[in-house]
Amino acid sequence: MVKHEQEESPNRPDNTAFTQQRLPAWQPILSAGIVIPGFVLIGLAFIGVGVGLFITSRDVQVLELDYTGAVATDPCYKCSDPSIKDCKCTMEFHLDTLFRGPVFIYYGLTNYFQNQRKYGISKDDNQLYGDLDTFKSPASECSPYDYDSKSKPIVPCGALANSMFNDTFKLYRMVNGSKKEVPLNGKGIAWWTDQNVKYRNPSGTPLINAFNGTVKPINWPKAAYELDTTDVYNNGFINQDFLVWMRRAALPDFRKLYRRITKDEYQAGLPAGNYSLEISYNYHVLSFKGKKKLVLSNVSWMGGKNDFLGIAYLVVGSLCVFMSIVMLIVYAKFKFPEED
Amino acid sequence: MGTLTYAGQKYPLDNEKILLRGCTLRNTEWCFGLVLFGGQETKLMQNCGKSTFKRTSIDRLMNVLVLCIFGFLVFMCLILAIGNYIWEINNGSNFTVFLPREDGNSAGFSAFLTFWSYVIILNTVVPISLYVSVEIIRLGNSFYIDWDRKMYYSRSDTPAEARTTTLNEELGQIKYVFSDKTGTLTQNIMTFNKCSINGKSYGDVYDCTGQRLDISEYKDPADFSFNPLADPRFMFYDHSLVEAVKLENPEVHAFFRLLALCHTVMAEEKKEGELFYQAQSPDEGALVTAARNFGFVFRSRTPDSISVVEMGNQRSYELLAILDFNNVRKRMSVIVRSPEGKLSLYCKGADTIIYEKLHQSCRKLMDVTTEHLNEFAGEGLRTLALAYKDLDEEYFSQWKQRHYEASTTLEDKESKLDELYEEIEKDLLLLGATAIEDKLQDGVPQTIEQLAKADIKIWVLTGDKQETAENIGYSCNLLREEMNEVFIISGHSPEDVRQELRNAQNSMKPNGAVNSLLLFEDMGKHVNLIKDEVADGEYGLVINGHSLAYALESTMELEFLRTACLCKAVICCRVTPLQKAQVVELVKKYKKAVTLAIGDGANDVSMIKAAHIGVGISGQEGMQAVLSSDYSFAQFRFLQRLLLVHGRWSYLRMCKFLRYFFYKNFTFTFVHFWFGFFCGFSAQTVYDEWFITLYNLMYTALPVLGMSLFDQ
Repeated sequence: MVKHEQEESPNRPDNTAFTQQRLPAWQPILSAGIVIPGFVLIGLAFIGVGVGLFITSRDVQVLELDYTGAVATDPCYKCSDPSIKDCKCTMEFHLDTLFRGPVFIYYGLTNYFQNQRKYGISKDDNQLYGDLDTFKSPASECSPYDYDSKSKPIVPCGALANSMFNDTFKLYRMVNGSKKEVPLNGKGIAWWTDQNVKYRNPSGTPLINAFNGTVKPINWPKAAYELDTTDVYNNGFINQDFLVWMRRAALPDFRKLYRRITKDEYQAGLPAGNYSLEISYNYHVLSFKGKKKLVLSNVSWMGGKNDFLGIAYLVVGSLCVFMSIVMLIVYAKFKFPEED
Repeated sequence: MGTLTYAGQKYPLDNEKILLRGCTLRNTEWCFGLVLFGGQETKLMQNCGKSTFKRTSIDRLMNVLVLCIFGFLVFMCLILAIGNYIWEINNGSNFTVFLPREDGNSAGFSAFLTFWSYVIILNTVVPISLYVSVEIIRLGNSFYIDWDRKMYYSRSDTPAEARTTTLNEELGQIKYVFSDKTGTLTQNIMTFNKCSINGKSYGDVYDCTGQRLDISEYKDPADFSFNPLADPRFMFYDHSLVEAVKLENPEVHAFFRLLALCHTVMAEEKKEGELFYQAQSPDEGALVTAARNFGFVFRSRTPDSISVVEMGNQRSYELLAILDFNNVRKRMSVIVRSPEGKLSLYCKGADTIIYEKLHQSCRKLMDVTTEHLNEFAGEGLRTLALAYKDLDEEYFSQWKQRHYEASTTLEDKESKLDELYEEIEKDLLLLGATAIEDKLQDGVPQTIEQLAKADIKIWVLTGDKQETAENIGYSCNLLREEMNEVFIISGHSPEDVRQELRNAQNSMKPNGAVNSLLLFEDMGKHVNLIKDEVADGEYGLVINGHSLAYALESTMELEFLRTACLCKAVICCRVTPLQKAQVVELVKKYKKAVTLAIGDGANDVSMIKAAHIGVGISGQEGMQAVLSSDYSFAQFRFLQRLLLVHGRWSYLRMCKFLRYFFYKNFTFTFVHFWFGFFCGFSAQTVYDEWFITLYNLMYTALPVLGMSLFDQ
């Protein structure tokens, strides 16, 4: 047959692996001899990973300080009334051991629906990209935060920007009875793409010129061009705190990076001792049953503290091992001779 | 149909004078004609339109699934809308510090909007692109069938062809195969193998000790060199018949003269001495070829004469009448006047029919010939009996007149003609019988065995006589010696048939027979399904045409079906094309099973169209079966590969594909559903819009398609 190939009729189908369905294929045959050891191996591997993750997660130190002031005994209770302006309160805390560095400081909000769709779309991306046309006529999604009562355009417009978190914190270490401020690093807390690609200040110096004829968001104490007057690269729309806020949280209980502690003697972490946290309380969340907290945490190779992942691995791994034992018993009891 | 009056003469216009659309006119340059029906009203077009659109059970399942999923989508959206309502009341109203609510937007209105937003977001769960993908997969799998070299038949240079792309996965679920015999199980190449002339049987070869030899091993064909017009491909091994012809044995001569005259074959002689026969059926061709080799060469015909070379002498017979063949008469006759002026009627047909017409005087010959006929049929040969009669000139001219009158009447012409035919075809004298062999195709027994192993039941529906069919059944492994019993149903009255069916049931299933009979009555009224039963052993069933007619009546069909389904193999013989379709319909009606009909001839078309899947064998009998089929190939043995390889793969792939497809859509969509509980049911998406839009189209189309085309 092979020798007469040149005489082949055009009607005869081509002899290729594809047309003759001879492409290599593999179908696992799930026999007890493969499945039971396979389950044991997978189970052991999962348990191994789980133990590793769990231990790592346990080593991560986390300190959460709730300063909402919902209860009268809280140090910040006096500030929780929205009518009080420029309120400051102080929280004391004690560290028994060294809080290993680098230490990250987060602020956390609960029951806060940053992931609500209407809230999330209430911004003007072109405006935040520095498009001056939109400074005069913000996108309609920003409504009702597109124009103020005098029909002046709000920049940056929208509910998202308007609700920017504006509590500020200062951390002091008590050394020999006196307060010593811990330097906080606000650089490099936002996404690189946000700062360099997605957000951009309008052209022209000084920045304030671009904002002529606009007003600041209603809730903001100062305008966008005043967010950080000391650093041009941290001012306006590319202010790191602003960027962190504008990147919406996925869940209603979230925390966002506020500062890092990386400088001076605190590079290795916060030494044991007493600390004092001074809070400028401007942001009111009690009206929607929200809570505010400050979180100190360090990280491991797997990120922040997350016990769940390790536990999930351990549970699945144990289940695998358990099932393999069950299957072994079943197999021993009802061995099917024709299986081979 | 009508009459034509021309120059004072009346001419009958009957079926024979009608050329149907698609016919080719031969042996004439021109003719006058009258258009009766045109366009849509021609027979060809009328037959074409009737085929129904075939769908697979997966199709129906898919439609139901998609509807269910759509319902599920609405359900999910309702839950989310209600959730949104609750959220707006509990949380949203408080959150207005940061997200003020526009005037007039109550929680109810917000929930209403949310419902529609989620209909849009969650629409990925409804597999709209599913239908497109399914069609692509089917197309791919159909191409695999077209491309399969293992289903290519080199001798006739025909590859398999999937003529429909929608039924592939149904191939994997076939439970019943209805097969034609001639041309499907057999090659439909007829060879004149044996004959019985005047009580002497020819065709067997004996060695010197009187032992019969197997012809296939014997390599000494008879010598036809005395006849210059002989067909060199014709083989016959019994030298005694040639001797008998040469000795001018009158019965032998009459026998072959009949074969040379009584037929409807057309001869074409392009070059002197090179004859080609155009026969309506291969049987006729084989018989005329046999007569040709034994010295009675049919050379040409005109509407009223047949010219034959008898042992080298050219003779022209005047053709006076053709009493044509049909399924009821099962015989044909010609009335000719020899050059000497002798009037004769030559008749050939099914032995049972001919025997009823014979004259008393040939009783003895009948007994001997019957023995031979049974012997032939026992070897699986197709038999015909031949008879003749000399006619009285006066009687014939009177008959001819009546024939003419009958054929020109408009009312009840058929039955009047039949009566006339009956009248003249009586008191015939038996000449002998012919036996034609129709060889089994390659690999048929193995294929049938494999299919039986796959628990596919094979029913053979054939027009052959019972003995022939039974024998083919044995030779192709359908009926086996190891079977506990092969029941033969051949009753001539409804009561007989019912009794025979009951007996068969009782011996297959001694217990429970009574119960199931009661069950029948219930089922006949309410549920139209018969459950599968298992017999106590392996059984076969052979049922005759006339018994089948009773068995298919509505009062007995359930009983018949139940008996037949208990058997491993069923052979129905002497069935008409209509009965073939009826049997298929019966199984389709009461069994929840997928049926396949396979056949090669025009008489199988009805069955091919009736079954879930029709397979056409492109063989000797033209293209009609192929044209109405869903799949076609050249050999019966390819059925094994079609069903057990392509069908199985298509089915498994389609099932895997559907599960994979639903799985990926559900996982994708549930993320949004789940996230709804965290984002205040606000229809916030998790993924980028482009990703959502192109998820089905691009990101996940290839793995799914790849799996469903290459999975093995």
